[in-house]
Amino acid sequence: MEGINRNQPPSDIRIAPELHTREITLNMGPQHPATHGVLRLVLELDGETIVKCTPYVGYLHRGTEKLGENRTYLSALPLTDRLDYVSSMNNNIGYVVAVERLLGIGPPERAKFIRTMVAEMGRISNHLLWLGTHALDVGAITPFLYVFRERERIMDLFEGLCGARLTVSYPRIGGVRNDVSQKFLDDLYAFTEEFPGRVDEYETLLTVNRIWLKRTKGVGVIPAEDAINWGLTGPTLRGSGVRYDIRKFAPYDAYDKVEFEIPIGYNGDVYDRYMVRIIEMRQANRIIRQCIEKLPKGPITIDSPFTFPPKGSLSRKDKERFNKDYYSRHFTLAKGGPKEAPQGEIYVATEVPKGELGFYFISDGTGRPYRMRIRSPSFVHTSALPRLCEGGLVADVIANIGSIDIVLGECDR
Amino acid sequence: MFENIIRPETLEPVVRSVINIGIILINIAIIVGIALLHVAYATYFERKTIGHMQVRLGPIEVGPHGILQPIADGLKLLFKEDVIPQVADRTVFYIAPVIFFTAAMTSLAVIPFFEKFVIADINIGLLFLFAMSSLGAYGIVISGWASNSKYAFLGGLRSAAQVLSYEIPMGLSLVGVMIMAGSLNLSEIVKAQQGYPLGLYLIPQILGFVVFVIAMFAETGRCPFDLPEAESELVAGYFVEYSGFRFALFFLGEYVGMFIMSSIAVVCFLGGWTVPQFILGIPLIGDILSKVPGIIWFLLKVYFFIFLYYWVRATVPRYRYDQLMAIGWKILIPVALANIVITGLIKLWVKGMI
Repeated sequence: MEGINRNQPPSDIRIAPELHTREITLNMGPQHPATHGVLRLVLELDGETIVKCTPYVGYLHRGTEKLGENRTYLSALPLTDRLDYVSSMNNNIGYVVAVERLLGIGPPERAKFIRTMVAEMGRISNHLLWLGTHALDVGAITPFLYVFRERERIMDLFEGLCGARLTVSYPRIGGVRNDVSQKFLDDLYAFTEEFPGRVDEYETLLTVNRIWLKRTKGVGVIPAEDAINWGLTGPTLRGSGVRYDIRKFAPYDAYDKVEFEIPIGYNGDVYDRYMVRIIEMRQANRIIRQCIEKLPKGPITIDSPFTFPPKGSLSRKDKERFNKDYYSRHFTLAKGGPKEAPQGEIYVATEVPKGELGFYFISDGTGRPYRMRIRSPSFVHTSALPRLCEGGLVADVIANIGSIDIVLGECDR
Repeated sequence: MFENIIRPETLEPVVRSVINIGIILINIAIIVGIALLHVAYATYFERKTIGHMQVRLGPIEVGPHGILQPIADGLKLLFKEDVIPQVADRTVFYIAPVIFFTAAMTSLAVIPFFEKFVIADINIGLLFLFAMSSLGAYGIVISGWASNSKYAFLGGLRSAAQVLSYEIPMGLSLVGVMIMAGSLNLSEIVKAQQGYPLGLYLIPQILGFVVFVIAMFAETGRCPFDLPEAESELVAGYFVEYSGFRFALFFLGEYVGMFIMSSIAVVCFLGGWTVPQFILGIPLIGDILSKVPGIIWFLLKVYFFIFLYYWVRATVPRYRYDQLMAIGWKILIPVALANIVITGLIKLWVKGMI
């Protein structure tokens, strides 16, 4: 901020020159209800105006990257559940896609569609939680309860699919853990029928609400150029009008086989980021429907040393070969998977609900990564928080934190 | 020697005044008791209303349909440890909730609940109510100051600015009513409304009514103007350091404030305890409803506003601080002033015709 002198009052109110004003320092967090976890912000306030905003992260650091180095590629999968615990399915898929690229394998067609489907379910569930908490921070309490009604259904579907609601660990290297049942597909289809109406309900409460518009329009503006320079990704970047979505520009899984649109904003303010996420939910719903309709038949895992093909998915010839080394393969997998992998390094990014989640592996040929680096969108977005907040009011900080959609588990890793 | 002092003619006024004081004390006891019971169940009503608006049930466990929940809450708050921050200014910290609560409860004294039932039928009832609601702001400000916490301090400051800013449009919006009724006595205002369409000031004073309702939300610090206690920004605002029954006093004070503001709205715009005249016009039903006691009508109208508070809370987000100020100073005050001018001109015009 220019023009603010720490020791002198602003020139226009120099009524009593002997009086000095001074900013107060307010410590917001790490146990503040609106900082979405354990984010700590140190705000310097001039009245209600933010002069300086400094985020402090690391309160939820669990050393995921280091832990990953001590585990085989197979057994590090559950660690990624705990990164962004709101959309663990997408983290799993990001990790699995990266490992598959490293190993040079790919899932079969059916698994690709299943993964795309569950990833979009994860996106909806994440955006629902984001919408609820964001609206709650801005002061609207009712959308919070409404979104949990729909989120609960997705959680139930996840539970029916793989037994876990939050930390799913459902995708596997070279496929998925188990096949989807017809009941799951029916329930999911019924959900997709209903869901657009529910989004309309949330929009009725917020999109045209005069107070919501006043609180979000023109707040936390970040132009496209700045957004790119700050490394923003995902809906936060698209809100500024940059048409960048990894699902479209470097498709993985079945994203090149489904139709969807990338919503983009114009002004780069809180409202545009809100609208982008709302439309993304509708698009995710559309992708899920296409996945259900196009879901091909076939195996759900490939036959590789990293996978354990389910019964009935193998041809007669394969079965004979497989039965021969059944026990040795079972033993290897139970001990954490093969102890060799191709040498080299790779960076693979996927589009998780919060932005670009990248996994960077350096493999030295052993079954464990020499280095596992996670590029988490929340961390990058948190660094842009001062840029968004400074010059605004205390209430805008809350709106901004909500609009960049951070989860501290992923930020601190 | 006592005969000189206790003469019948001196005794009688003493006894009379003692009896009067006794009656007033009984009245006060009744009103305080009933008001607190209403406040307790207003919280229950709020949680149930908002609960059903938010597709959930609200309190359901304590007693049938959770009917005993407010009592359980009250007991819990009574028995909670009274934590006082070490760096707090103790004396001020102690008296702040008392000031807030007392100011709110004292306002009940001048409200006519039904005909001839008012503790203090004073000439300046409306001004007294304003005075008391302003006094309540002291409780908020000094509680924010005495807590010695930055969140509480910011909450206190916000509240001071908010209450001061909205006192003005609120006062101005009622000037129209004063001009029409020609009195500040609340009972007189109710009676004066009988000569107007529907027996309400609502229609001739629609501008004043709208301004008053908006200002009333701000004055009591309720959504969408709940900035002093904005949970997501200032955690809880000015009472963040309070616990136990001191916290409960703030809580009760806020709800009593809601009842007071609703009562003013009912008395000044909706005809107080009287039956709305369009209902009397309906055959049969009108006859039955006119037999309903005034207190029921009064409570019905008050609870309409209480419901409005809850409805708004479940619907809209919160304004930002600068926007709140802009609404108060740039919209409400000019509208209220225009209302005064219009009311005055019409009154002059009508007088001239007569």
